[in-house]
Amino acid sequence: MNDNISEQSLLELSKKGDKEAFGMIVKLYMKRAYFSALALTHSEDDALDLSQEAFVRAYRAIRSFKTGMKFFTWYYRILKNLFLNWKRDRAKFVNDYNEKKENLIELIEDDTHQPEIEYARIELNNILWNEINSLDSQKREIIILKDFQDYSYQEIADMLEIPVGTVMSRLYNARKKLKDRMKVYINE
Amino acid sequence: MNNNSERLRELIVKEVDELTTSDEKLELKSLLNKYPEFIQELNEQKKMKEVSKKMKLKSPPQEVFDSYWMGVYNRIERGIGWIIFSVGAVILITYGLFKFVETLISDSQLETIVKIGIIGVIAGIVIIFVSVIREKLTIRKTDKYKEVQR
Repeated sequence: MNDNISEQSLLELSKKGDKEAFGMIVKLYMKRAYFSALALTHSEDDALDLSQEAFVRAYRAIRSFKTGMKFFTWYYRILKNLFLNWKRDRAKFVNDYNEKKENLIELIEDDTHQPEIEYARIELNNILWNEINSLDSQKREIIILKDFQDYSYQEIADMLEIPVGTVMSRLYNARKKLKDRMKVYINE
Repeated sequence: MNNNSERLRELIVKEVDELTTSDEKLELKSLLNKYPEFIQELNEQKKMKEVSKKMKLKSPPQEVFDSYWMGVYNRIERGIGWIIFSVGAVILITYGLFKFVETLISDSQLETIVKIGIIGVIAGIVIIFVSVIREKLTIRKTDKYKEVQR
């Protein structure tokens, strides 16, 4: 992004209908948007579709965006509501949208080149994804937002429209649940 | 225990995320001395965090992001196209209906009862259409999630 143009100015320009300015906002947040949608939909194609559609809705509603608010937390609420509608519509045709258990997390490269260690890491990765998937949607969402997307507690609170204290207790409970299911593997 | 337990959980979350200040570390230590059953919980959650730290959400190919804005732009543009198309269509249909009714009324060969029937059908459609539009507009004004498709 051009250093001379602040995000606030881009948002103000977008409010006046400047598509180029909105384009810069999209480029600034597209990765976060995509990964947030991925965490919700569990599908790469749907994540792309939904995150782009949420930007279109955001553009249409940009005049209602309050100056001083964080764009992404506002965007996330649009995305989340869009996702809930998508899930409801999809449920009419598919019994469980989570049927698709494609593993959407991958290992971060490290210097280990021993096949047996590498194999164990891949196994652990698959187990972890399965266990994350088996959590209820509230716990899964908070684990992904914090542990895989590294949002601050305040950002998560704003996105989910809940107090920071609730974020902390949800995170504690979600981690406890996940840890209890993964106990056998993490203590190996 | 309730307040302490709540605080202890908060501190465990922060400690797992390596976000505790030095004061909070001392507070955590003192609370763990008081409630040692949470020590194991903290250690296990730390281990769990170590595991998840070595993993990340899968990234799509770079081309996905290269054409991302273009995808959004096309959708915005098409949306505007549909709005303009709809406005044009409404104008044409309204004009067509007006002309049709005008011709109908001036047609002396057509039975009055048929004229009334046709005008009734048209008037009914117009009332239903206006009512639906008014309902949609009322919802948009009062709904905080108006940007979300229903």
